[in-house]
Amino acid sequence: MMRFLLLFSRQGKLRLQKWFTPIPEREKKKIIREMTTMVLARQPRSCNFLHWKDLKIIYKRYASLYFCLAIENHENELLALEVIHRYVELLDKYFGNVCELDIIFNFEKAYFILDEFLLGGEIQETSKQIVNRCIESSDMLQEDDSSEWYEVELFG
Amino acid sequence: MSDVVEKTLTALPSLLSLDSQPGSAKLSSTSKLGNLIRGITELTSKHEEEKLIQCELSSIKEQVSSPNTTMRQMKELMVRTIYCEMLGYEASFSYIHAIKLAQQGSVLEKRVGYLAVSLFLNESHELLLLLVNTVLKDLQSTNLIEVCMALTVVSQMFPKDMIPAILPLVEEKLNHPKEIIRRKAVLALYKFYLIAPNQVQHIHNKFRKALCDKDPGVMTASLHIYLQMIQENPEGYKDLTASFVTILKQVVGGKLPMDFNYHSVPAPWLQIQLLRILSLLGKNDQSTSVIMHEVLDESLRRAEMNHNITYAILYECVKCVYTIHPKSELLEKAAKCIGNFVLSPKINLKYLGLKALTYVVQQDPKLALQHQMTIIECLDHPDLIIKRETLELLFRITNAQNVTVIVEKMLEFLRISKDDHTTIDLVGKVAELAEKYSPDNEWFIETMNTVFSVGGDMMQPDIPNSFLKLLSEGFDSVEEDRKLRLFAVNSYISLLRGEPGKLPQRFLQVISWVLGEYSHLRADLEPALVLRLLAKLLDMKNCSSETKSWVLTAMTKLCEGGSGVSVAQQVSEAYGSSLDTVLRQRAQELQHLSQDSELRARVLPRGAGLEPVEVDSSLSFLDGFVSEALAAGAAPYKPPHQRQEELAGTKALSLEPYGLSLPISMSSCITDRQSPTLLSMSSGLSGDSTDLSHKGGSATLKLDGVKRVWGREGYLSQKEPVEEPAQVEVPSPLRSPSQQGEADSSHSQTPSLTPTPESDQEKQQLASSLFVGLGSQSSVCLMGKSEPTTQRFRRKAKGHSTASSTSEQVSNSVISPPSTVDNLLCNNLLDSNITSELAVSSPQLTSRLSQGLAATNGTCDTDTELPESDRKESKPAVIRDSYVVAADPAPHEDPDRPKDLDLSSHLPAELSELSHSEITHLCTNQNLELSVCHVQKEDSLLLIVFISNSSDSAVQQILVQVDSDELEVSCLGDSPVEEVRSHSVAVCQYSLTVKRPAVHIELVGMVSYQLPVGSPQSAAFSYKLPLTSFIRPLTVSTEEYGTMWLAFSHDTKQNLTLISDGQEPLTATLNVLKKRLQLHVVEIIGMEGIVACRLLQDQPCLMHCRVHAGTLAVWLRSPIPDLPDCLIYHCQRALQGH
Repeated sequence: MMRFLLLFSRQGKLRLQKWFTPIPEREKKKIIREMTTMVLARQPRSCNFLHWKDLKIIYKRYASLYFCLAIENHENELLALEVIHRYVELLDKYFGNVCELDIIFNFEKAYFILDEFLLGGEIQETSKQIVNRCIESSDMLQEDDSSEWYEVELFG
Repeated sequence: MSDVVEKTLTALPSLLSLDSQPGSAKLSSTSKLGNLIRGITELTSKHEEEKLIQCELSSIKEQVSSPNTTMRQMKELMVRTIYCEMLGYEASFSYIHAIKLAQQGSVLEKRVGYLAVSLFLNESHELLLLLVNTVLKDLQSTNLIEVCMALTVVSQMFPKDMIPAILPLVEEKLNHPKEIIRRKAVLALYKFYLIAPNQVQHIHNKFRKALCDKDPGVMTASLHIYLQMIQENPEGYKDLTASFVTILKQVVGGKLPMDFNYHSVPAPWLQIQLLRILSLLGKNDQSTSVIMHEVLDESLRRAEMNHNITYAILYECVKCVYTIHPKSELLEKAAKCIGNFVLSPKINLKYLGLKALTYVVQQDPKLALQHQMTIIECLDHPDLIIKRETLELLFRITNAQNVTVIVEKMLEFLRISKDDHTTIDLVGKVAELAEKYSPDNEWFIETMNTVFSVGGDMMQPDIPNSFLKLLSEGFDSVEEDRKLRLFAVNSYISLLRGEPGKLPQRFLQVISWVLGEYSHLRADLEPALVLRLLAKLLDMKNCSSETKSWVLTAMTKLCEGGSGVSVAQQVSEAYGSSLDTVLRQRAQELQHLSQDSELRARVLPRGAGLEPVEVDSSLSFLDGFVSEALAAGAAPYKPPHQRQEELAGTKALSLEPYGLSLPISMSSCITDRQSPTLLSMSSGLSGDSTDLSHKGGSATLKLDGVKRVWGREGYLSQKEPVEEPAQVEVPSPLRSPSQQGEADSSHSQTPSLTPTPESDQEKQQLASSLFVGLGSQSSVCLMGKSEPTTQRFRRKAKGHSTASSTSEQVSNSVISPPSTVDNLLCNNLLDSNITSELAVSSPQLTSRLSQGLAATNGTCDTDTELPESDRKESKPAVIRDSYVVAADPAPHEDPDRPKDLDLSSHLPAELSELSHSEITHLCTNQNLELSVCHVQKEDSLLLIVFISNSSDSAVQQILVQVDSDELEVSCLGDSPVEEVRSHSVAVCQYSLTVKRPAVHIELVGMVSYQLPVGSPQSAAFSYKLPLTSFIRPLTVSTEEYGTMWLAFSHDTKQNLTLISDGQEPLTATLNVLKKRLQLHVVEIIGMEGIVACRLLQDQPCLMHCRVHAGTLAVWLRSPIPDLPDCLIYHCQRALQGH
């Protein structure tokens, strides 16, 4: 199971946070601080995994943005790395050539995508098409969206 | 989903020109959020940012509470609030508005509302209750998107207590025509399973349906639940193995739709999930493993592509192959795979290779040999993570020959590591290895010195504990013990002469204890000198008061001789007025004992460490004091862990690693002269507590000791050092030097070593020292064939198991007597489900013949005279109350006697209203039949004996004698029955009172009678009834309970299983006990409950229950010996049967 996902910039500015288990606010802040310092201090060409307490931290840098995913000890590190990668691909597909600014200004969209991709700390849907279709169908709803037509069409 | 729709989807946003269309990121930067974000990026200082955000938040606050704000504006405000929270500024005022937005907004607004809720709150937040209704409504919505949103939020967080409210709706969604809804519903159920498994127990068959869903996505989602369930109970799902194998085969074979591919690898997440499930199912199970061999082979073969994801699958495959029942062919392939990982230039793969190797090396140590050069390289890798993983691997292959090199490497790492968690972990491992494989005293003490200095005050408290235990218990040879202790003393003296200020507190405590105990071993050492060194510690600024009390205790042991006493006097004067009461106590002890050497010799006898000390574990000598205090209104004592639990109850999940459930105060464990593990706790049946406390009086009364013991299991919970890895290699036997040389040379000949320049020479040397003992001959013993003989510090076998924690010991000693009783009784119950046995006495033998004769004469049964219908109606008296049935002895089922004796109609009228046990056939002799039942009256237990005569003639001079060792039997009624006419039934009543409690009470009896013709006859019988028949509720108030509790001397303690069927476990369990055993629940306070009952007549038994670590810790007390033990047995049975 995944425990949390953090996105932060090279300057250590948090861009997105998702906690899959309940954690008190103060603890969250502490973790965020620790993660940014730990990950940013890593030398290039080191491996993408870290030990932190009883968890494994998997991080990867895409352009100016660090993705940092905490998994439980027995989980598969390489697979977690691919989880990050798939999320980046999903963002890319949705925003079209995604950059940090897209995520800064539309962070709620990034959250929506994440919620379709991961749910409760587990993989929910790995297909780029399906996730995208879900997000877009919700995006397109109008205020007076009671018509059945939309739903039937959008959900295929 | 057709392509047409796909196109419509991409075309629509541009038509509708919504602000949220894909790729329109920069557009929204003109919004207020955009302004805020830009504003913040332009700022230069943290202070300015804070000002800006506070300003922003107050403006948001104003707007959200304004009634004129529309939902659309609210949505925009909420997004800004999320942003502020992400920057670390609290905006709790908005939480309620987020819920409102989810409640009232249109779909788009609702979505933001739900998102805000899921980001702001967690599942224990009280506001979440307000969301339940919204979720309920949305789950029933016809709009699929609303349903999706509701399911999403439910899977992320939902108040545990409210699950039943929405469970039926979520279940219903499992049949929804849209797969996305089904998938989300399955994930929601998975979440419920994790947080409240018993709530979803009834829908396990629906999980199966989800597993068979035609949509692979839904099936994949259901695997989360299965993985969890199989982890908990692999036995229960073996039948699904073939299905999982088939699914995996199809996935590997590329039968899934393209949608599920990831970089042209078919459904990797699904594959890995399945591999994990298979390894759980195949573990230690050959027949199940065989089913999966083929598909594992195929997985290994197919995963060839050079991509991370295929390596991830391969890694999982390798793990699976090594977990299930081994097949050499597969193992070979898996080993090759690991080789590819380890040798890969990609650092991530190398890491995973090391991890795999660590996992595998337990079974196949030779694999480590194959890769020794790579391992050596990894040991010097610049990346600490790789280094750390390598040490983990080395830890697994440590043996007596390579221990010094490996420990050296670990200590090296410890000195550069800055991460606390790593330090704690590694220090524990070093200590474990040192204790297990230490080659000599010097090395051991020095290694432990480093452990203590580096581990400092972070390390697990059991490390110093077990070190001291090891020193004090000694080993097989007295001389060796002396040497080791002497070496420790020497080493510590020189440390104290150096710079003791740099040493961690824990280490100082260890040093003072050892010096206090063993410095006399060094003859040339003046005690006064040691005293002065110790006194210097007291003056150090950073010396904690805990350490000071250790030092003072050590000084108390050493203060003798003229100059020694004067140092002691100085110190005791300085601390005699300390504000710290513990220190003051120690100082007082020091002062008095230094002056009275005779008393000191008695209180702190030298070398008495091995004498077991008896301790009154229940501290009953303090009972009077406690009851006085309670009467004066003091709060009842709660053990520290319970206080913590109560505090932590409100907190959410803590990520703190290795959190011990209770803090172990070192001082409370070992400051006594005797090592704590030598305390042999007196049995729970402490009759006279004062006696025992005198026995324990050779140790001084410790105030902190009182605190620690009072909490029953709450104290002294020391764990053994890091759990020894199961099936880790056992150390190879010591080899003679010549053999060792052989081994070394054989290593230098290993083919992987090619002649190399000088720098590599070192590596080779290192390799040979690291991998010594892993060669072929030792691999035999690694498989566990030879006994480990090298373990230097083998603990002496002691009568009372000293190795495990004392608290366990206590519970064991208390439990063991009743548990053997249990076994015996269980056997009995199994052997004879018949509670009454017919013992044929000698006159009976002759009577058998006559019975045969009588049968030929054509006698008919009494029963046949009653019409069938009549019999059914005449049964009103049998009240099958659940507890009566439960308390009943097993019904007598004799296939030869299928006819139900309708004797209940013969019950005396005044008893027919009461519940009675099933009527049991006792014995038949010729035409006379004896049956029996018991009736539970409020104040007594009656035994009813039915004598039915089925012969044509009357039976006379009947005499029924009932007797029991445990009971007092008195006959009721005017006069005992003397005659039973033909085809009729007579009834005798006996009142029973318990003299001596037993788990089951047996009655034996004899009936003698005279037939009109022939000699006197007799038959013996026996009848067993459970003690519970004699138990009645005892209604007392909590205060009365308190005074009674202290007055009773016989007690027993045990942990029982908790029952939780939906309600709060304590209440549920007590309810079961109440129902089954007729106990009276006096009061339930938080996690504790007090229960009272009495044994007829008026012999009370009190029960104190506390929920602790998932079990119910029960403490029974009674004035009657054996009653607590017997009752606990029935409690156990009642809970088991539930």
